[in-house]
Amino acid sequence: MKKTVQEIAERNTSDGINRRDFFGMAWKALGILAGLEASGMIISYFFSGKNKNTNPPKQLLEAGPANAFLPGSVTAFMGGRFYLARQQDGGFIALSLRCTHLGCSVSWEENKKRFICPCHSSAFDIRGEVLNPPAARALDYYPVLIENGVVKVDIGTLKERKTFRKEQLIYA
Amino acid sequence: MRNIFLHLHPSNISESSLRFNRTFGLGGMAALLIVIQMITGILLRFYYIPSPAEAYNSIIFIKNQVLFGQFIRNIHYWSGVFLLLIAFLHFLRVFFTGAYRDSRSVNWIFGLILLLLIVFANFTGYLLPWDQLAYWAITVSTNIIGYLPVIGESLRDSIIGGKELNAGTLQTFFAFHTALFPFLLIAIVFYHFWRVRKAGGVLLPETQGKSKMVPVMPNLIFREFIVGLVLIASLLIFAALFNAPLLDKANPSYSMNPTKAPWYFAGVQELLIHFHPFFAAFIIPLSVMLFLAWIPFFKYNEPPNGHWFISGKGMESSKHTAVFSTVVTLAGILFNAYVLNFEMVMHGVPALISNGVIPLLILLLLMGSYYQFYLKGFRLSKAELVQAAFVFIMVAFILLSLTGIFFRGKDMELTFPWNV
Ligand code: HEM
Ligand code: FES
Repeated sequence: MKKTVQEIAERNTSDGINRRDFFGMAWKALGILAGLEASGMIISYFFSGKNKNTNPPKQLLEAGPANAFLPGSVTAFMGGRFYLARQQDGGFIALSLRCTHLGCSVSWEENKKRFICPCHSSAFDIRGEVLNPPAARALDYYPVLIENGVVKVDIGTLKERKTFRKEQLIYA
Repeated sequence: MRNIFLHLHPSNISESSLRFNRTFGLGGMAALLIVIQMITGILLRFYYIPSPAEAYNSIIFIKNQVLFGQFIRNIHYWSGVFLLLIAFLHFLRVFFTGAYRDSRSVNWIFGLILLLLIVFANFTGYLLPWDQLAYWAITVSTNIIGYLPVIGESLRDSIIGGKELNAGTLQTFFAFHTALFPFLLIAIVFYHFWRVRKAGGVLLPETQGKSKMVPVMPNLIFREFIVGLVLIASLLIFAALFNAPLLDKANPSYSMNPTKAPWYFAGVQELLIHFHPFFAAFIIPLSVMLFLAWIPFFKYNEPPNGHWFISGKGMESSKHTAVFSTVVTLAGILFNAYVLNFEMVMHGVPALISNGVIPLLILLLLMGSYYQFYLKGFRLSKAELVQAAFVFIMVAFILLSLTGIFFRGKDMELTFPWNV
């Protein structure tokens, strides 16, 4: 194969990289850099706008005077998306109505004394504990505050848990 | 216009690729349906409002006030369903004629991507009416993602933009549905067509001597025209007879019983009833996807011959495997529902083991013995063996889906279709 004068000249540069290769590589590097920048921009554009409202400040919803809720009663607050459940011993817990299986809304069945999920028939007791699978976790709950005998629920903070524990109950 | 059509084709093609039972025209039908989706989708966009407060009302408006509104909506709905079914049949056709290898392997991968895109185009569209059906189906399906290990929860939260479906979710789905997915679909379909040409047209069975070359115009174009007309006619009749479903406006406090995922995810949802979510929603679907993507890259001994099911032996072993898969799937569903529920029996054992590892091991054991004691007797080639595995998976998938769609009623208990 015959080599042109120019090719021979380029081969002979001292470090083995000729000018054309150098510019080729530089273009590639710039291209990759631009690609990375653009993807970085798109990804941060995507994710920065999301989840802005997952940790809003305390949003207290006033449920009413503590003594208005009888022990063993369950009261629905559909606007706040929770059930306020008062245990036999007087402790309060505000249970999210989202089933922990796949997120359907559970409903309280007064005569069976349990929450039942219409989607795949999971069941939970008045403390939110699982009575019947497929759900594997107790119902989520919202923190309850009792100030001057008035029950308030912080509907901005959803708490997840594996099982029911005594500390989750709040007393007047 | 005419030029665009002709450009997508070579000027001459082999006569035998024109035989209808070579391709059944499925790829072309899918392309036509995508065009129909674009046209009807753009029409719907003129009235549709992507906000929880307005979406449902805007659909009611399209239905009741807009001239041909109901009809356009029905076409969009049914054409979406047809598109997915036809793309799936196209995928089966390509596999069973062996057209997934060598120069066609890239197109096999892009075909899989198209299939996924069509599924997600359907899925994102499903939410848009914001009725009870849409709301709960999307709630249940996105929550399945939450069971993926480690990233599940945050992935789900970033897809729906929070813990529950909200205005942001609708906005996101709308953007995917009416901008990103249509754009990707068009781009990839063009690339797909170009690769078909580059691979020298559809794969043909080796015959005695070379088959005659004939000009595309009119031979192919006329046939495509006829198939297209028949498809459009059937679609319009369907859309005139059956309305797209629309229930009450979405009510986040009141779930439907039963709540089912959209029909193309019914198979996964059925798996979820039988396996721990880690296996049902992650390990099993992922392994199937990897297997499908890997199909072109196994080391095969001879080149594809283009015959349906490869050979007589290939056909026989496929039939037997289909029967085996049917028995295993149906027996598994019934056994788990009526005889033994692993999670209930093995109290105290973590569900991941009792409801995941153990049933999966039993399944693998059954498949292993079927291979060892039965399939081996056929002395199959590598390609025929891959084909048998493919048949097993597809038959199981189709049966699981049918069970989920037609045989699950109230509380997701098994019933007959007339009770669903
Ligand atoms: C492969 C392409 C597409 C598929 C598979 C598809 C599928 C669907 C499905 C299943 C629905 C729900 C139908 C219902 O329940 O009524 C839907 C709704 C909708 N789609 Fe598409 N679509 C596609 C392309 C498009 C395009 C290109 C646009 C607009 C640019 C569009 C705009 C809409 C709108 C506005 C709705 C809400 C109206 C309604 O629900 O009837 N779609 N789509
Ligand atoms: S979502 Fe409640 S049981 Fe499945």
